Amino acid sequence: MGMTMTQKILAAHAGLPEVKAGQLIEAKLDIVLGNDVTSPVAINEFERCGASSVFDKSRIALVMDHFTPNKDIKSAQHCKQVREFAGKYDIDNYFDVGQMGIEHALLPEKGIVLPGDTVIGADSHTCTYGALGAFSTGVGSTDMAAGMISGKAWFKVPSAIKVVLKGKPAENVSGKDVILHLIGRIGVDGALYRSLEFCGEGVKHLSMDDRLCIANMAIEGGAKNGIFPVDDVTLAYVNERAKRDYKVFEADEDAQYDEVVEIDLSALRPTVAFPHLPENTKTIDEIKPEEVMIDQVVIGSCTNGRMEDMRAAAAILKGRKVNKNVRTIVIPATQKIYLDCIREGLTEIFVEAGAVVSTPTCGPCLGGHMGILAKGERAVATTNRNFVGRMGHPESEVYLASPAVAAASAVAGYIADPDKI
Amino acid sequence: MKVQGKVHKYGSNVDTDVIIPARYLNTADPKELAAHCMEDIDTEFVKNVKAGDIMVADRNFGCGSSREHAPIAIKASGISCVIAATFARIFYRNAINIGLAILECEEASKDIKDGDDVSVDFDTGIITNNTSGKTYQAEPFPPFIQNIIEKGGLLNSISK
Repeated sequence: MGMTMTQKILAAHAGLPEVKAGQLIEAKLDIVLGNDVTSPVAINEFERCGASSVFDKSRIALVMDHFTPNKDIKSAQHCKQVREFAGKYDIDNYFDVGQMGIEHALLPEKGIVLPGDTVIGADSHTCTYGALGAFSTGVGSTDMAAGMISGKAWFKVPSAIKVVLKGKPAENVSGKDVILHLIGRIGVDGALYRSLEFCGEGVKHLSMDDRLCIANMAIEGGAKNGIFPVDDVTLAYVNERAKRDYKVFEADEDAQYDEVVEIDLSALRPTVAFPHLPENTKTIDEIKPEEVMIDQVVIGSCTNGRMEDMRAAAAILKGRKVNKNVRTIVIPATQKIYLDCIREGLTEIFVEAGAVVSTPTCGPCLGGHMGILAKGERAVATTNRNFVGRMGHPESEVYLASPAVAAASAVAGYIADPDKI
Repeated sequence: MKVQGKVHKYGSNVDTDVIIPARYLNTADPKELAAHCMEDIDTEFVKNVKAGDIMVADRNFGCGSSREHAPIAIKASGISCVIAATFARIFYRNAINIGLAILECEEASKDIKDGDDVSVDFDTGIITNNTSGKTYQAEPFPPFIQNIIEKGGLLNSISK
């Protein structure tokens, strides 16, 4: 029986000729990832069970991105603990302030994750790397600890939903609109325990940044992973970054899928997820001008803090001012993106428009720091979750949207259509 | 292994941001985490919960962030078992790994009410609502998972 792309990667890493949905396997890991929130818990477990070495110091990535630059004393203690662990075990891919970026923007950019890899990360958005044709999934700190020790993890082989993309998206329709549309259709548990396998001729119209954004939010549909086929766009991105060999996997033609979802990219409209679930979506045409007045805009995160996101926001903010009632926070996701924003003149556009430009951090996305909401306040954010209290006060609200919609809304003072600004 | 306690009932899509808000993730201490468990959707939970109590919820419990702090906070608050119609997959895995008992049972999740007195037998998977007298059959854990939960977590179960 044919296998999905995910199943083929898992079979290869388990040393098996074939795997089936539901089968329990033990797979070799190519990369084990943690951040400053989840790694301390993993390190405590690592030390408590008496481990004295890591499986491969070049295959562990530790990125200090959530509460950095350290927002308080406790966060500083956590980073210090991870820094000392990285020093003790000589971890190659340890990224601290000055080198770090938001983990899921940084690892692809540095060529640390490659097609065909099997990756676990103690962060739910680890599914981002499916954009590169890797099997990649979020786990907790205990699994991270066991992965750092053994280089292996157990998995239940997932079944899959096939997502067939057709057509070409219109201007101001991005990867974010594709994934919000999909989650709006299948719901926040629509892909629970399963893979989302993207395919179809529409894929070629999606840039790497679009695909990274789409795979990033697979978890918001409950999926174990999201994955894209490897094509010329992927290879062009990967080949200028890869420092080791990689293998391209393809789904079998007779692979079995639980269901098939078709999306006509040319028919999509800018899409916004209303509080308090990513499935509460409306197209921009369903939202009246001045219907949703806002207090803050955040453009950044592991979902939308990449170079194309910065360019999309800058294209709208150029020569305009943000509304005086809207605090606008732009966060390039990595040091490289930050520098490219300066070189391309985007930083100047943002500052002249009245936005602030922050050093890379997850900060406001999870209500950590750098843009917390007060009671009753509303934000349009290019982030990935709009749960109760996600960006601050339990009675604040987050509306998820693309960088183009977020920038247009910053100018208007309410959720606005980028085509009508 | 059996547990019995009073039920704290919630709806669908209880996410890890409300189980333990990120503003408290600057600590990994279970007691500190437990002091803020559920507070963004239920300010009374921490005041009312007693050791052995049971949490019951509808679909997709524990969705969102992979923070292991979420099952740690629930366990440290005194909850002996979480029953839900379905669990988000990372939470499911994390709960077992840290030794928090969880059971999937749609009927029990629908019927059981806030404040009911419920018993759970992990060997058989039988859930008994002592208030209504009804029983429900959940899939019991295989012995190796029961062993992880009894030892208090995955690494406790494998370290000597």
